[in-house]
Amino acid sequence: MKKKISNSNSIRRATRRWGLFFLGPVTAAFFIGFIWPFLQGIWLSLCRFKTISNAKFIGLDNYAKAFSDVGFRHAFWYTALFAVVSLVLINVLAFAVAYALTQGIRGSNLYRTVFFMPNLIGGIVLGYIWSMIFDGILSWYNTSILLESKYGFWGLIILMCWQQIGYMMIIYIAGLQNVPGEMLEAARIDGASRWTTLFKVTIPNVMPSITICMFLSLTNGFKLFDQNLALTGGQPFIIQPGGTTIKTTEMLALNIFNTFNASGGSSQGTAQAKAVIFFVLVAGLGLAQLGYTRKREVQQ
Amino acid sequence: MSKTKKILALALSAVMTLSLLAGCGGGDKPSGSNPSGGNAGNGGGSSETGRVYWLNFKPELDETAQDLAKAYTDKTGVPVQVITAASGTYQQTLTAEMDKSAPPTLFVIGNSAGVADWGEYAMDLTGTAIANELNTDAYNLYDDAGRLVSIGYCYECYGIIVNPDLVTKAGHSMDEITNFDGLKKVVEDIHANAATLGFDAFTSCDMDDSSSWRFTGHMANLEYYYEQEGTTWTECPATISGKYMDNFKNLYDLCINNSLTAPTDLATGGHDAGQEFKDGKAAFTVQGSWEYANYVSSVPNATMIPYYCGVAGEEKAGLNCGTENCWAVNTNVSEADQKATIDFMVWLVSDPDAAGKMVEQLGVLPYKNAPESANGFLADAAEYTANGCYVMNWATNYQPNVDEYRRGLVAALNQYNADQSAANWEQFRTAFVDGWATQYAAVNG
Repeated sequence: MKKKISNSNSIRRATRRWGLFFLGPVTAAFFIGFIWPFLQGIWLSLCRFKTISNAKFIGLDNYAKAFSDVGFRHAFWYTALFAVVSLVLINVLAFAVAYALTQGIRGSNLYRTVFFMPNLIGGIVLGYIWSMIFDGILSWYNTSILLESKYGFWGLIILMCWQQIGYMMIIYIAGLQNVPGEMLEAARIDGASRWTTLFKVTIPNVMPSITICMFLSLTNGFKLFDQNLALTGGQPFIIQPGGTTIKTTEMLALNIFNTFNASGGSSQGTAQAKAVIFFVLVAGLGLAQLGYTRKREVQQ
Repeated sequence: MSKTKKILALALSAVMTLSLLAGCGGGDKPSGSNPSGGNAGNGGGSSETGRVYWLNFKPELDETAQDLAKAYTDKTGVPVQVITAASGTYQQTLTAEMDKSAPPTLFVIGNSAGVADWGEYAMDLTGTAIANELNTDAYNLYDDAGRLVSIGYCYECYGIIVNPDLVTKAGHSMDEITNFDGLKKVVEDIHANAATLGFDAFTSCDMDDSSSWRFTGHMANLEYYYEQEGTTWTECPATISGKYMDNFKNLYDLCINNSLTAPTDLATGGHDAGQEFKDGKAAFTVQGSWEYANYVSSVPNATMIPYYCGVAGEEKAGLNCGTENCWAVNTNVSEADQKATIDFMVWLVSDPDAAGKMVEQLGVLPYKNAPESANGFLADAAEYTANGCYVMNWATNYQPNVDEYRRGLVAALNQYNADQSAANWEQFRTAFVDGWATQYAAVNG
């Protein structure tokens, strides 16, 4: 007993003494990899630059340009719509699959693996493969995924559901397996129907999983880039009188990427301003959603 | 025992920390193959002999460039590093590399937009050893202040590549093709009889990124060229009129409606036009002189003809000649590096062995001491010029905000290919003509 106390004391002392030393590398990596680039990004959004060592401060011009860009505003609403639709579909379907696979049906493990596998393929590869699949079908009707905005939208939704459902399913399965058996048993004894049990017992108990899955799918939806680039690249465009174009299926991240790589001295700064707006938006939405669903979690 | 453990733990964490720092330190070096073993100087920067870092623009030149770099290092001891940017990512790679502590000493500024973007990073090459080696001023690019920021290292030509054997097999002769009407007659006849002949007129005209530039970049040149009305643009015009759009439509329609792939199936691509031409599946393809080495083994008699599009007097048209391959030397590196780079450039275009390899890969080098080229398409270009035909200059190099502008053209062409209605053509015209003004304003506004 005495030995145990002295042991834990020495561990605490050692932690105090060496804690900072061990935290150092992580803190440094976080600073180098996140804090510093983020601060530099904010600074660059106020500059005109070609390479970052050659930046000239110009104030808020870049933000004015970003907000007045019709394409950026379109990309914002399009991304928001996409994020909401994909959030609902991915979570409903992932939960349904997870629920089905925790009912003790034969071959559950095999199904789990199969559903999870699409998540292991990179976004660009998926985008190109799915564009071939969609076009293979659409060419029967003499059209293409690049010709109609609605095909591009639903194509991307199908792709994202296919890729993400497996991942969310794993999180839901973990949540479902943690629902206390005695609660379910009590509900059964009290004569609750399957639906009542699901809505009154199971779902309140898996709220933590729902919180994390909704957070992930919302931010994934907003940050989506490679699948968007590879599947449609923003096509079809609406070519407006006067020559400006609206890329009907271009999402925010792709819009920022295209702005950054346009020629002309001011495009990099504008892209940087868009990126800062984008960050504030995604962080704000993510935190708001996190706060909202957290309140609905039950403590076991 | 516990002391040993402590020491062991300390040693392990020290190793971990050091390896992390070592990892950070390595981040500055550009990735890619480096046959000459990197920088010679101990400090990782320039030594007294200087260093050469060539950020190459042409993927097809990579292998030759790597070999030449190694040969040069073996001969002179000057470290030469060649990095080739993946196709279509040159600007991104250049932007990233230029910020590093050892930036490229030799890079590419290929057109007027490039001069606007990167001109201030380029030294004035007037009077340098490499400028004195040039045999023409035609491919040089100057900035607004009159500084020579980049010089051509090869020139190229593009047009319609023909397999004359197939034309003959279809019962026609190359002599029939002297203008658009002649071309149209031959092409439509071949397409109509494709099933019996076993080959079609044009190869697939895909609109994916690997192929759309053949139309939105190169074929579009015929419109810009004729719009210059005998003059030559020296800077990007703020607007264009689209006066010769109908001529572009003539040739474009002929290509997509008489090819191996139906116009409605072009949007996402997936066909290999080059392979189709080499396999003898089509008699015509829209391409350039850089493909000569690739095609000649399969189609030994391949020849190149101008973009015939129905413009009056086009019997006197020649090929589209110009270049986007222009070298610039970084002004922000040390003098020793600049000198080493220029020495390397001179060696590339004058050493019999090195210049021979460059010519083999690139075609004609516009330098006094470079050997003659065996490129058949460039020989065709020279023959047209010798016969008094006009050279169509690369006015397409002035396309403002080029990637964005061309994306608009591709999107509009996709709609047009699916449904060749007048309304869809009008959309394309808007993207082509008004899109030019919009992108010009975006770049210069």
